[in-house]
Amino acid sequence: MSVLVFTENWDGRFKKLTFELVSYAAKTAEMLNTTATAVSIGKVDDAELKKLGSYGAKKIIAIENEKLNILDNQAYSALIADLAKEEGAQVVVLSNNNTGKAIAPRLSVRLKAGIGSGVSRLPLSLEPFTVYKRTYSGNAFAHQVIKTPVKIVTLAQNSFDLTETSDSSVIERRQVTVDGEILKTTVKDVQKQTGKILLTDADVVVSGGRGMKSPDNWAPIVELAQALGAATACSRPVSDEGWRPHEEHTGQTGKIIAPNLYIAVGISGATQHLAGISSSKYIVAINTDKDAPIFEAAQYGIVGDAMKVLPGVIAAVKELRK
Amino acid sequence: MKILVCISNVPDTTTKIKFLEGNNKLDTAGIQWVINPWDELSLTRALELKDDASTGVKSVTVAHVGSAASEPTIRKALAIGADDAIRVNMDATDAYNVATQLAEVLKKEQFDIVLCGIESSDYNGSLVGGMLSEMLGMPSVSAVSGINIANGEVVLTREIDGGKEVVTVPSPFVAVVQKGIAKEPRIAAMRGIMMARTKPIKICEPVECENLTEIVTFEKPEPRAKCRFVDAENPKQLVELLMNEAKVI
Ligand SMILES: Cc1cc2nc3c(=O)[nH]c(=O)nc-3n(C[C@H](O)[C@H](O)[C@H](O)COP(=O)(O)OP(=O)(O)OC[C@H]3O[C@@H](n4cnc5c(N)ncnc54)[C@H](O)[C@@H]3O)c2cc1C
Repeated sequence: MSVLVFTENWDGRFKKLTFELVSYAAKTAEMLNTTATAVSIGKVDDAELKKLGSYGAKKIIAIENEKLNILDNQAYSALIADLAKEEGAQVVVLSNNNTGKAIAPRLSVRLKAGIGSGVSRLPLSLEPFTVYKRTYSGNAFAHQVIKTPVKIVTLAQNSFDLTETSDSSVIERRQVTVDGEILKTTVKDVQKQTGKILLTDADVVVSGGRGMKSPDNWAPIVELAQALGAATACSRPVSDEGWRPHEEHTGQTGKIIAPNLYIAVGISGATQHLAGISSSKYIVAINTDKDAPIFEAAQYGIVGDAMKVLPGVIAAVKELRK
Repeated sequence: MKILVCISNVPDTTTKIKFLEGNNKLDTAGIQWVINPWDELSLTRALELKDDASTGVKSVTVAHVGSAASEPTIRKALAIGADDAIRVNMDATDAYNVATQLAEVLKKEQFDIVLCGIESSDYNGSLVGGMLSEMLGMPSVSAVSGINIANGEVVLTREIDGGKEVVTVPSPFVAVVQKGIAKEPRIAAMRGIMMARTKPIKICEPVECENLTEIVTFEKPEPRAKCRFVDAENPKQLVELLMNEAKVI
């Protein structure tokens, strides 16, 4: 018996989201009187793998195989399903990020395991196994019972606190053979930006809406983000107009994020926008219209013109956070 | 080449979500039902590909698992431009069951490209496309934000952290699509609405399948603390509150 957690790496490094997953898996394992086993695929050194232990993984299975260098949904799910069987996993935990969404549903079929996706709390009960998951784009949460012997959970990013432990862990490097037949994905080109804080990983996000009036007015948004070490985001019309790149679009049809702080500038707060940001711990709104719905979602607000308010906010951040 | 677009029928995105007594069923009174936003975008992209003769796309079919009550949504897809539709006659339950029904459809009829939305805006599962592909042993590509066909080859763009990858997989395959796949959803024109009335909807009876999951209760998110307003002349106070009260910067 065990709880198996898939720990994705990025160029050999784990992220906070990986440690959230491992913390979640370890706590779930504790509830089930068993232990958490992490599975890492790709080139990761021992020092990095050890970190998974410090968040509660007892066993760390590390697999390196160059055939797995690109994400092939079929190959990955076949491998993880086999490991889940070998390890007698009762629960398999993955992130609800792009990779998790690519693998988890295939895994569900392979293991005939029900899935709770976008889960943000520990299981509410073990008998029946009940998870707490996002539904109606954040307008409701469901208590969902998973009826199968093996359960899959995909965890929402930034929804679970890290828990560290000094317990020991073992790293087991395993060789696997990957049947070339199963690999169907060919990557022809990669375009990647490095060094930028990813919107989905950011603790603080500064976001601009149509109230910014023109793409030429974005300098204070970017400057505030830089001063706060934050990522930048925008509302849908802003990316539709091409004022900002598409990957910044947050909301129901864009990115769903849960930073500690979301600063919405010139954003009205339409339901579809809130669907992407309502799990933020704090929301700040800056808007000329005191009746804008964004103020109902916000904990702090300033009624005023963004172009006049932002310079003062930037100056204060620079002064106070020295 | 034939494209199948799987569509889900969901409450309009501005709906105030309420539940019936017992909190285990959506209160559907007054709800306007629409094509799930991502499915609407996949349909739009599929039709754009069909419009371009060089792609070799000959037909676009929509498939939906749902009762007769969702027929208006299917008619809307036909009005937007789908050639025909398949409806599996049952109330959609959990993702595994829905995927099983769609897999049956695909066992009977061949399609080269199957498009599913990244999630439905009701259960936010992100499951059906991936499950369906595994059930059929087909390749799948997730987080697809672009699909193009050149010289008979289908090229997909998938989003990865911090960028994009251009990938190919052999047909038939399932592409799970998201933002970027099409710009604006295509809107039905009068002519389309008229034509939709006579386009065929094939009705299939469901196969036996158990649900792997069940929602027992819904709850509304906890109300947020009321907004505290800071004077526009005093932005410093806002920063102080964020540092000392909320402790988020
Ligand atoms: C199916 C569907 C899906 C959608 N998905 C999304 C989504 O994922 N994300 C999303 O964002 N939207 C989405 N939308 C669109 C959504 O309904 C809104 O239209 C959109 O969020 C509005 O963007 P906005 O707040 O930037 O612009 P507006 O609604 O135009 O608001 C601009 C705000 O700026 C304020 N303002 C004006 N001037 C100033 C100034 N000088 N200083 C400060 N404030 C100022 C105004 O008071 C106003 O509140 C979706 C819509 C549909 C139908």
